[in-house]
Amino acid sequence: MILKVNGLEFTYHERPVLKNIGFELKKGQIMAVLGVNGAGKTTLLKCLNRILRLRMGTVFLDEENVKDMSRNHIAKHFAYVPQKYEEEPLTVFDAILLGRRPYIKWEATSHDLRIVEAILYRLDIEYLALRPTNQLSGGEMQKVIIARALAQEPEVLLLDEPTSNLDLKNQLQVMQLVTKAVREHNMAAIVSMHDINLAFRFVDHFLMLREGRVHLLAPREEVTAQDIEKVYGVKVILGDVDQYKIVIPVNENSEGAL
Amino acid sequence: MSHLEKPTSADHSEALKNRDTSISDLYQESIRKKIFLFGVLFLFLLVLIVYAIAVGYYDMSLPGIIKTLLGFGDGSGNIVIWNIRMPRIVAAIVTGCALGLSGVAMQSLLRNPLASPFTLGVSHGAAFGAAFSIVFLGAGMTAGSTIRMTGVEGLMLKNVYMVTLCAFLGAMIATAVILLLARLKKMSPESIILAGVAMSSLFTSGTILIQYFASEVEIASVVFWTFGDVTRSSWPEIGLLTMVTFAVIVYFVFVRWDLNAVSAGEDTARSLGLDVDRFRLYGMLLAALAASLATALHGVIAFLGLLAPHIGRRLIGADHRFLIPYSCLIGALLLLLADTAGRLIVGSGTLPVGVLTSFMGAPLFLYLLIRGLKR
Repeated sequence: MILKVNGLEFTYHERPVLKNIGFELKKGQIMAVLGVNGAGKTTLLKCLNRILRLRMGTVFLDEENVKDMSRNHIAKHFAYVPQKYEEEPLTVFDAILLGRRPYIKWEATSHDLRIVEAILYRLDIEYLALRPTNQLSGGEMQKVIIARALAQEPEVLLLDEPTSNLDLKNQLQVMQLVTKAVREHNMAAIVSMHDINLAFRFVDHFLMLREGRVHLLAPREEVTAQDIEKVYGVKVILGDVDQYKIVIPVNENSEGAL
Repeated sequence: MSHLEKPTSADHSEALKNRDTSISDLYQESIRKKIFLFGVLFLFLLVLIVYAIAVGYYDMSLPGIIKTLLGFGDGSGNIVIWNIRMPRIVAAIVTGCALGLSGVAMQSLLRNPLASPFTLGVSHGAAFGAAFSIVFLGAGMTAGSTIRMTGVEGLMLKNVYMVTLCAFLGAMIATAVILLLARLKKMSPESIILAGVAMSSLFTSGTILIQYFASEVEIASVVFWTFGDVTRSSWPEIGLLTMVTFAVIVYFVFVRWDLNAVSAGEDTARSLGLDVDRFRLYGMLLAALAASLATALHGVIAFLGLLAPHIGRRLIGADHRFLIPYSCLIGALLLLLADTAGRLIVGSGTLPVGVLTSFMGAPLFLYLLIRGLKR
């Protein structure tokens, strides 16, 4: 499986949001999409599985043009985890079972139920199965939403800032869960993120957006302090602690910095 | 990708094997509970039906009722049951179904817990359309041919299809405005309801204005529209309402997974393969259809479409696989209960059932507002 994006453009109310975006992603790879608020991260994710209508450019999954796929067909190949969710309180089991919607003809089969059950165990949330989703903590809910995406059995997982509202432990757990799922299911994942340190820790490929354009598309090792400064407008130094690469903003007496 | 089926760590599958019941079993047990509770409520409805047949001016014994229902009744028993009480009971049940269904569909499609045909002004639009057709398009009322107890109840629609069509068109105006506002402006749930309030008062004023052009007989019926009443229809009309309601129920049962998807959010629904805009349009049209026909025949019945789904959610949660049948059943139960109570409280049998549903629904509406619409 290979995802190829070419010349993707998106305009929102006459205002160009994405300009000439292109990249490739193979299965087993995770790509982080980084950029300031409003850089177009969410828009990019939503264009890939046609939550937003694509105006210009192409998205190919292997030989198939996403533009020509039916919505249901797309839902079997792409799963999307939104940044915000305000859901009606289903039980956790039902909420994950909803991920089987693209496959369900009339009613969920025992096969569907088994898949949901397996995912519950895999994400260690089986104890939540019959709890209503409005009684979950933020971290638990995020896992349920990811579990639903996994129930779609996608080839490409799109996650919009999955760690933004979580505490440190849950951030690590969710990212571990995503990397593990990608590895085991041989999927590809695109994750929009704000936390560069978290991205450095878990993600191999970086796509940095600046004013709707690709500023940098490179493996983690090639990201420099200058790139981060360009994209975020903040002076930083890159350091190494243990085996982890970390980013530290440095104080500067100009207005633009901290 | 069947690899999802096998749990990753060995101890998990081990744990699953060692347990008496798997999660799927527990889950299916919870489903069976929901079905069982539905059966209990259905039984309660049956009991209520028998009770509603039995009580009233003309008291009937249980054996007498059974005899009459089976077709062996005497003359007066036949008339009381088949011409007076049964039409009213069936009308209450079907109208309650239609409104409960319409309410649950609108709440899900608009992702708005305050939505219902009444709170969005759809019912008022339908009432306006019906009144318009009666007074201006000659679909009016004549003194009924069936034997009824009081004069006002003896009114019948001359052209039920014309009234239905106009009611539907009136309901459509309100629905179209709501859909446009929801789509163009991304308004908050509360603002949508305010728009509904504006439209209900506009349509109500229109309905009152129409009365100035109406004859006495017509006025009598139009006035009753402001508070719904299930005593005005006869078998053919009830038959039409039943067929339409049933068809709409079938549609929403078919798309129950889509309703769950929409309730989870627009983006989520799209990424689950649903064409949200088209679904919302069709769904709202059909929900408005059921509500508008019920309103054309029985007037504006306040809050029932809001009440039934919320009671359903309290009982079994927000899964539309169950919430749809539950909302229908609870709507039917509530309306029959309210109508029967109204019949007993006021001896003459003319307390419009809409008054009672208002008393039940308005406090809930306020409660939902105070609670702050948290899902």
